[in-house]
Formats: sequence, C-alpha cells, structure tokens
Amino acid sequence: MGNTPRVGVYICHCGINIAATVDVAAVAAYASNLPGVVISRDYTYMCSDPGQAMIKDDIARLNLNRVVVASCSPLMHEPTFRACIASAGLNPYCFEMANIREQCSWVHPQSERVTHKAMQLVASAVAKVVRLEELQLRHVPVTPAALVIGGGIAGIQAALDFGDAGFDTTLVERAAQLGGHLVQWQRTFPTLQPVAEMLQPLLERTMQHPHISVFTEAELVNMQGYIGNFLADIKQGEQVTQVPAGVIVVATGFEAFDAHLKPEFGYGVYPQVITTLDFERLAAGELTVNGHKPQKVAFIQCVGSRDPSCGHSYCSRVCCMVTAKQAYTVREQLPDAEITVFYMDVRAFGKGFEEFYDRVREEGVLYRRGNPSEINRRGERVVVRAEDTLLGEPIELEADLVILAVGMTPRASAPAISSLLKLARSPDGFFMEAHPKLRPVDTAIAGVFLAGTCQGPKDVTETIAQARAAAAAGMIPLLRGQVQVDAATARIDEELCSGCGQCARACSFEALSLHPVTGVMRVNSVLCQGCGACAAACPSGAIDLRQYRFAQILAQVDELVASEIRLPAPSLQPVS
Amino acid sequence: MAIKTRLNPRNLIYRLLVAGNGFDLEGREEIWDCTTCGTCTSRCPKQVDPMAMMIALRSAIVEKGRVHPNVKAALENTFKYSNPLGMPREERGQWTQSLQVKTFAEGMDYLYFVGCTPSYDTRVQKVAHALVKLLQSAGVDFGILGADEACCGSEIRRLGEAGLFEMMVEENLELYNGRGVQKMFTTSPHCFNTFRNDYAVTGNGAKSGTQIQHYTQVLAEQLSTGKLGFSKEVSQVVTYHDPCYLGKHNGIFDEPRSVLKSIPGLTLVEMDRSREKSLCCEGGGGRMWLEGTNPGVRLAQMRVREAVETGAQILATACPFCLLTLDEAVKHLNAQDKIQVKDIAEIALEAL
Repeated sequence: MGNTPRVGVYICHCGINIAATVDVAAVAAYASNLPGVVISRDYTYMCSDPGQAMIKDDIARLNLNRVVVASCSPLMHEPTFRACIASAGLNPYCFEMANIREQCSWVHPQSERVTHKAMQLVASAVAKVVRLEELQLRHVPVTPAALVIGGGIAGIQAALDFGDAGFDTTLVERAAQLGGHLVQWQRTFPTLQPVAEMLQPLLERTMQHPHISVFTEAELVNMQGYIGNFLADIKQGEQVTQVPAGVIVVATGFEAFDAHLKPEFGYGVYPQVITTLDFERLAAGELTVNGHKPQKVAFIQCVGSRDPSCGHSYCSRVCCMVTAKQAYTVREQLPDAEITVFYMDVRAFGKGFEEFYDRVREEGVLYRRGNPSEINRRGERVVVRAEDTLLGEPIELEADLVILAVGMTPRASAPAISSLLKLARSPDGFFMEAHPKLRPVDTAIAGVFLAGTCQGPKDVTETIAQARAAAAAGMIPLLRGQVQVDAATARIDEELCSGCGQCARACSFEALSLHPVTGVMRVNSVLCQGCGACAAACPSGAIDLRQYRFAQILAQVDELVASEIRLPAPSLQPVS
Repeated sequence: MAIKTRLNPRNLIYRLLVAGNGFDLEGREEIWDCTTCGTCTSRCPKQVDPMAMMIALRSAIVEKGRVHPNVKAALENTFKYSNPLGMPREERGQWTQSLQVKTFAEGMDYLYFVGCTPSYDTRVQKVAHALVKLLQSAGVDFGILGADEACCGSEIRRLGEAGLFEMMVEENLELYNGRGVQKMFTTSPHCFNTFRNDYAVTGNGAKSGTQIQHYTQVLAEQLSTGKLGFSKEVSQVVTYHDPCYLGKHNGIFDEPRSVLKSIPGLTLVEMDRSREKSLCCEGGGGRMWLEGTNPGVRLAQMRVREAVETGAQILATACPFCLLTLDEAVKHLNAQDKIQVKDIAEIALEAL
C-alpha cells in the first residue's frame, strides 16, 4: 500500500432503505470531490456479490489502498467488507463504514437535509480512512483443554463431550458428589423414566473417563487469562490447584425458590405444607403425612415464579410438568385420594408434555384455575383459600397435604462467579448469553460458554441440549488450535507514560501492567478488548487505541463540525 | 372478605378492562364492603394493587354524589368539624382531663398526633391516657395540638373523597410546618399510614423530612434504650391481633410484639392467622360507619373466636378501630368472661 491515500467510496441504496430518503447519487457525486477519493459510486446492495465484486475490481484497476462503504451499521457488515478488501489484497483495517441507514435514512423523514447529513457522515469517514494504519491480525495458540464449572447434569454432559472428543477436561463441583439437583428426583417427566437409570451410567462414565479429572468439594477461587489460555485456581480443602484451559463452560445451576418467602402459605409452619423437592423425598417411600395416608392433596403452581412481588417475574418452565408428574405419582400410590392442582396457566410446551397433562387429568386430577391466597390451619388439616377464577367464586379446600411448586432462582453464588469470570447477568439474575437468539450458549467473554440453568430455567432435555451446544462451541477454538485476536487494541507512548497506573485501574480486563524495568505501563494485547477506558483515564495522553487514535477521531469530528456543507438552521417546528 | 361478600376485585378489574369508561357502577353496593385491608394487594403476584382500584371506584361514585347517608355524614362532619364523628372541634383536647399534657411547641422532640377516635371515644381515650403516662414515665419530650389538631383524612381518602382529602393534607401540612414539627407519632395505624404513605405523594414532598412513627415503635425504642422499664408483673396469656394498617400495609410486626414480650410475667401466644395473614377486623376503609352488604357475618367475631381458641385471656391490639370492633364482638359473643380486648398501651401501663 502506497503512502498516498487512494480511496474508493461506495454508497449503498440498501434497496429503498436508504435510497428512498437519501439522494444517493448526489452523495456519491459529492464524495468524488473529497480529498484522497479516486472513485465514488452508488449501488443497490453493496453487500451483494456484484457489490463486493465492484469494490474488488476497483481496487485492482485503480490501485485503491483504502475503502469507505456508506451503508448500514458496522455491526451488520463491517466483517463482510473487511473480508472483501482483504481478499483483494488490502489490509482489512484500511476500511471505514459510514452508517447512513440506522443513523440517517431510517431515523429522519425525507428531506434535503437528510442527504446533507449523509454527505457529512461520508466526508467524516473519508477523513478517518485516509489516516488509518495497517494493522496485523494476530493469532495465539490454544491450550487443548476444557474447564467445566458445576457438576450437575449440564456440567457432566459438557465434560463428557469434551472428554469424548479427546480434550483433557477438568470438572469442578462444590458438593461431595456429582449429579446436582437431579439426584434428588425420582422420575423425569413426561416419560416417568427413573432418574437413577438415566443418571447413574453418566456419573460412572464421567468418574472413569480417561480425559476427565473431577474435583468435588471444590470451587473456583481465581481466574486469569483469556480465550485459549485461561488459568483457573481450584480450591479443594486447603489445596489450591492451578488448571490451564483453553475454554470454560459455566454450568453452576440454580437454587430452588425459598418457600418461606411466601408466608401466606405457611411453609415451615404447617407440616402438611411441603415443596415439590420435599415431595420427591416423601414419595420415595410410602406417602404419609403425620403417619396417615393423605386423602386430600393439593398442588399450588407458580410459587416464586411469575411473581414480581418477590422479584421473580419469569416463568420457571418446569414446575407445571413437575406438578403433573407428582400428581400422577399421588394417584398411583393413593387411588382414592382427591387431588387438586391450583394453577394460573398450564404451560405444557415440550414434546409429549400436553399429552402427559391430558393423561394426568384423565386420571382424575382436578385442575382449578386461580392461585391460592392463603393457607390456614383447620384441625388436623390445612385449608387452602383461593378464587376459582373460572367460576368467579371464592373456594376453600381442606387438604392433608399441600405441595408448593417452587420455581428456579439464580444461585446465591452467581455474583461471585460473575465477578471471577466477568460474566454479565440479565435482570432476572441468571447469567446472560451473548445474544438471546443467535448466540445462546456464548457469553460476552470470548472462550466462556454457558450450559443449563445458570443461564435461566430449563428442564433436563433443554439442559442437555445446551450443554452439548456449549461443548461443541467450545471445541471450535480447541480444534483449531489457535484463536485470532483483534488488532484494535490500546498502545502506549512510552515517552509520555509516567507509570502512574490509572489506566490499570480503569481496565476491566487486567490488560495493563507496570513494566518492572522500564517503569512504564505495557499492554497485554491479547487481554485488551479495545474498549478505550485506559485511553480516557490516562492523564498524560500517553494511551490511544489503534483504529481509534486521537488524530483519526478528531479528523472525523472536524469534518462533521467544519464541513463545507452549510445546513439550513434546524427548524423549531416539528418536521411534518 | 370474600367469604362474606360478593365483592370480587379481580372480576371488577376485568370488567373495567373490557367495558372501559362504559363500566356501570350502579347497584354495585359491594364496592363499599372493602375494608382496604390490603390483603389483595399484598397477595397479587403481578402487583396489580386491586385496593387502589377499589378506592378509585369509590371516588367515581362519590363524584356522582350517590353515596350512603352514613358516608355522606362522615364526609360532611369532617369538612365542618375536622372529624368524621361530628364532635365539636373545641372539645378535641378535652380527653387529657387531669393529665398534664403539653401543647406542642417548636423544639419539642415529638408531636403526638392523637387522632379523632382516641380524642372523642371514651373507650379509646383510655389508650391515649395510658400512652401519655408511659411516655411521661420514660421522659419523652412530646406535645399535642389539642383543639388545633384536625383529622388526618385517612378514612376520607379511602371513602373516595379525594378532593376533601387533598384539602386536608394541605391544611395539615401548613399547620405542622408552621409549628416546626420534625418527628411525630400516632395512636392509630390508620393515621400513621396516611401520613407515611399518602401525604408524601399528595403533599408535594413538603413533609419529606418529618419522621412518622406509630406509638408502638416509640415504646419499643424507649424500652430498648432502657428509658422505659416495667416493674410489675402482668401474669396473663396474651395473643396479639396485627392491625392491617400496621402489619400488612407497613410491615410493622415486631415492635408491638417486642413491647408485649418485655412485660414481666406475660405469655405471648400466636393465633394461626398472624402477621402477614392477620384477619381484618372490618373497621378500615370507612367501614366504621358502614355495615356492609352482609352484616350477619362479622370478621371481628371470627377473630375473637380464634383468639379464644389460643387460650389467651387478653386479645391485644394496637389500633383504635380494631379495639372497638373486637370489643363489640366479645360482647356479641358473650365472651367477656373468657377474653378481654386491650390495647398494647393499656397492658403496658399495668406493668409500669
């Protein structure tokens, strides 16, 4: 690439998304006169194959060394166009996008001023692109090993997949045994398969697996490194072991909602009131309350779920079917018992769920719509008070046994794990995935993946699916053996740096440290995520960010504020 | 309530949603059954606040002027005499009788807001007397407003007279701010609640610096600092009825119990329905002046039966309305030999 900028500018119509509002031909004509611009064109879809071919042809024919595309958000197509110019032999960082769709055509009604704004945005991008430097994409090697945090069904499955693929895997579990919540359950829904039959082979295979090391009664106490090169400190008793890993799967699970927080139900006060978890223990033997077989059994749904009054607005997704299964269990054990389920809505969304729900009702389990307001004592029994909202009548139901379907809540340890791994949490308190649809097992931290209920309530099927997805996603860097690292990282001018360390305090990724010999700060460009916090914090102006250097940004700003285009003064009247 | 009235807040809300402004309030007498106990609001998982809707529906009825003569009288009395009972305002301070109760002046620690019922009702006056003696023994620096005190407006707001309530808030705030009130406490949980929760909203934040307490909180504080102490035994079994406006509305469950527990010899037993599950006595929401659609069944009587079942000799409460409704229920049930209804202040005075 020569030193003299030779810029190609491409104005995209985006069908009518831009062209209906912006005079694209006028913008292209305007851009052709900007300093450094050799060619300027407009086209229907720049991201299409012919659009990209046009750019490549121009690079070859006109010896372009820099490219501006004025189209949509860089989040959408910056990777597309960078790859395009790279394939034509240019450095991918000699590229700039002007967003004339989200920041222009989509947000303004059609007028001459919209075209003027598009021109300014393009001029600004050109001012930056002529100042951009070639940056080199770098690759770092990956430790071919995985770390899985949490030994419930999600963690077990993820560890097995990594191990079966031949990667050494460390599985860390806080409890004394693997298996998580699932070991407390007798049977699964809707198939009624015994849990032990399902879980036992998985547990045995995990314990004996040549590629899986299991740490029980252990927890993660420290974490450093980055994708491909994590170093985790695992504390087991007094001993701390440092475990290297290329990728991490977080599978820390959930906690059951504490039914004491709904005092109106009298959990912990009345022995007749238990939770779905208590029921599993009770039903493992003979189903009795105070030494008697219960004749009247009531289930209450949505205890601690769909309930913003106790901070859990979400649906816990499993309770409807857990209750259906347990009601079925009661029917099996007590053919004459009266069984009533109080519900708000029944959510039987999974494969075979609705069929199972129908079957349970056919077995004589009465579903009554309306969640109870209160449980009181009445002699040897309790009385459940509710409104049957289909009848529109208040009802009282005496019961020998009431089972509260408690929902799933984030683990109390979630904040600690979140700060160790820098994981974001969604408003519900569960760990947040990188994208709710497109990246449901990734996190914002490269190389860290989520599996199971630590990300949100799930049943076993969904948990296994997510665990296998997380393992598969984690295996991509492990199999490639190296990861690409973005080049747009911080750089330090050692002449200006005084080594004060304010940048290190501003950095969320521990990418900055004091050089012991030179006494100035240095950047670990693999850890650096290019956020720019250090550049803002530096009192000496010694740090700037590649691809966003002060001179580049200021040139962009200058162009926006001192453009030759003089816009008409903004009207105070709302634009019709 | 649901067991004795056809009042169905959920059904009303749904009808309002469906019919919107065309919703016809005519003939829906059950709207006046609501005691504003707040249970619906506290139980609703979706935070709908049906109680606020009940008050809004009453406002719509009051605006059209179609109200029960008793409601009309309570509203007019409050407008004319600054109390819903229709008692002369100049007699408001006469309950103090021989007690040396100071008139509030700037610089005093507390304003004691007595309230309408404790000022005029001979039964509840005893509670105010007891409280004054307790606080004087603890050396608490407080004063009252006497004839200058005016109704807090709690029941007026709950009867739906939003305009009158706003006027009362304005006048009261002017009075308190003018007198330099920094901290105040009340006899009634109803007054306490309206000062704490309604005035802050209606009063343009003018009173935001004032600390509002219920008297049980003040007593609990005085006991914990050792300024108040009990010397006599009260060897009785006592059960405590949580007033809705202290418990469910404001989460104050422990202070009243801590006062009772610090009385020597006293055994506190709990009813099944206690704390968040306390059963309303039916005295709130203007129901002191309205019988409701089904006067045959009375919650206060159910409550007294529950109290008797615990084996308690005293049914304690901390609210003038609860005191009166429960007392009346004991008489109706001819249970005077089994149980007595007393305010916490009265029991505490026995131990002084």
